[in-house]
Amino acid sequence: MLISSEDKILVQGITGREASEMVAESLAYGSKVVAGVTPGKAGQSVHGVPVFDTVRAAVAAHQPTVTVISVPAAGVLDAALEAFAHGIKLCLIMSERVPRRDTACLVAASRECGCTVIGPNTLGLIRPGVAKLGTIGGRVDNVKKSFLPGRTAILSRSGGMTTEIASFLTSRGIGQSIAIGVGGDPIIGSNFTDLLRLLESDSSTDAVVIYGEPGGTAEEELADYLCARKSRLRINAFLSGRFVDDMEGVRFGHAAVMVEGGRGSVKGKAECLRAAGVHVADKFDDILEGLL
Amino acid sequence: MRLLEHQCKRLLAGFGIPFTEPRLAATPAEAEAAFQAINGPAVLKAQVPFGGRGKAGAIRMVSTAAEAVAHASDLIGKSIRGYQVSEVSLEPKALFEREYYAGVAWDLRQRQPVAIFNRAGGIEVESEASQAVKRTFDPRTPLTAYQGRELAEQGGLEGRELVLVGSLIASLSRAFLELDATTLEINPLVVTGEGKLLCLDAHVELDDDAAYRLKSALAGLGDIPTAAGGRTPTAMEEEAARIDARDHRGVAGRVVEFPGDLALLIGGGGASLTVFDAVLRHGGKPANYCEIGGNPTEEKVADLTKLLLLKPGVRHLAVIMNVVNNTRADVMARGVVQGIRSAGQEPSEVLSVFRIPGSWEEEAVALLKENGVTALGREVSLDAAAALAVKHSNSQSSC
Repeated sequence: MLISSEDKILVQGITGREASEMVAESLAYGSKVVAGVTPGKAGQSVHGVPVFDTVRAAVAAHQPTVTVISVPAAGVLDAALEAFAHGIKLCLIMSERVPRRDTACLVAASRECGCTVIGPNTLGLIRPGVAKLGTIGGRVDNVKKSFLPGRTAILSRSGGMTTEIASFLTSRGIGQSIAIGVGGDPIIGSNFTDLLRLLESDSSTDAVVIYGEPGGTAEEELADYLCARKSRLRINAFLSGRFVDDMEGVRFGHAAVMVEGGRGSVKGKAECLRAAGVHVADKFDDILEGLL
Repeated sequence: MRLLEHQCKRLLAGFGIPFTEPRLAATPAEAEAAFQAINGPAVLKAQVPFGGRGKAGAIRMVSTAAEAVAHASDLIGKSIRGYQVSEVSLEPKALFEREYYAGVAWDLRQRQPVAIFNRAGGIEVESEASQAVKRTFDPRTPLTAYQGRELAEQGGLEGRELVLVGSLIASLSRAFLELDATTLEINPLVVTGEGKLLCLDAHVELDDDAAYRLKSALAGLGDIPTAAGGRTPTAMEEEAARIDARDHRGVAGRVVEFPGDLALLIGGGGASLTVFDAVLRHGGKPANYCEIGGNPTEEKVADLTKLLLLKPGVRHLAVIMNVVNNTRADVMARGVVQGIRSAGQEPSEVLSVFRIPGSWEEEAVALLKENGVTALGREVSLDAAAALAVKHSNSQSSC
């Protein structure tokens, strides 16, 4: 699902400090990073990966179909549109603090060209033993310690919690088919519902662990979807930030984590997910239930 | 960021939105002068960044200069729902026939902006929400006038009002996109005796992440309130934000004070919420929420640690993070130890739990061992680590 070991990967913003470290770790994990783009820096190389000025030139030379965008927030919309214009099919946006309007514009454009967008504000995704995109898991030794190939998918609004959940499942012998940090912003390219649709038809996945937070409507939307269409998957969810329900208007953690006018409360999210047949864990350790 | 009413109005004036000119007063004398300039019945409003001002007693009707002085004296300097009032505005009392509501917000499900019109405006807008009509639109193109008229028509308007409101909705959609707004509301939007539209109050929230490109739009509007939800930050919260701002690497300044005795340095964004919930569930009394992540520098961690420990009544510190990806556990460990020492305390006495598995974990474990602290590994879950922190702090405080 989403990525195979054969997919060729482009990195936009490759000469940046974080992107450069990510390239080294991705290559070490076996991901096929074939080219990078930083306008004005064609001819350089980053850990042996050639740098181009434009996505057009990188695509002509190496035919990547997946891109990881790690450019300053102000340049994200432009970078994504550039990737869409040259036939990229999966676009993962790591950059944080992207203006909401820019995200909405690039999501609208991605729908027109059929490109799947993950993020912004994501650490990435990984199919353990196959490939990884982004800095998820950090150093390659930590990635190997945290993630184990298996049949449970992880969808998480927090990058750090993606690895934490994987590491916890791994320590109890439960492997993962894919783990995706969906991004911490109120508007993202692929939300829980979009990804669950893909997981439904993914023969390598039997169960899903979802990590949700206060704010936004991702959990409510997923619950509506599951009420209308029963899933073949075992779905466990853990929701953090219960204390935020009592602190209306104060922002914690991610950009989306805020309860406004009673909307987006953890209590409300937990109730509607339960009504939709999702197993909602009261405490973190309970996410294991039914998976062993 | 949520703007004050007078800032909203000045900003929207640039988009052709009709509004009453607010006159600002920071002293009772200025309020008196403003009243005399208006020369008639006026409305005096405290400039605070939240709604429901009428119920909060922040809006007063004044018909004499003496009343203007009295109400201004009462409101200026007063704390309303935790927010210190520094200015009031005065504007002529408007006579009107009808009250409507018009606004633009984000429809998070559609991932598009949505224009909203309700012919039942004013304080009734929420109880009459069923009368609201909505139209989502492409974030790349504002609504045109005919699309605005279609919405007005759906909302039950006709004649000249339909035409005026249609154009107003188109202008609002353009303002919403150009200003990188997250919320833009006109309530009430009134129709005057002469059949003209007038905006009596406005509510605008702008995207913090777009602040870098809003500088010229916001120039000349004065200070924008910084506190979320209108709550004025505490001295400790402000100091934490200053520590964070000194260096762009890492998030470290999102501190919210609580009245307990257990200091928390927790992260990243998701795990901090998870741990805070767990501490409360196990009966702990947090002294603060403090999120940390994004690979902060050692100095930042040290300064923040010291700040948390110096809060009166704090006895212990728990440092708990998820399995870290980018953040280096050893940098965190060095910063925490240094911060504890510069607060004049001993790591082995004050640090109840240190749990940061992941990148550079071995180095962190070794460093803490040298300082008499046994770090916890990934086999101890976030929940179990929180339980240990609470157990430690409660057993120590009872003796």
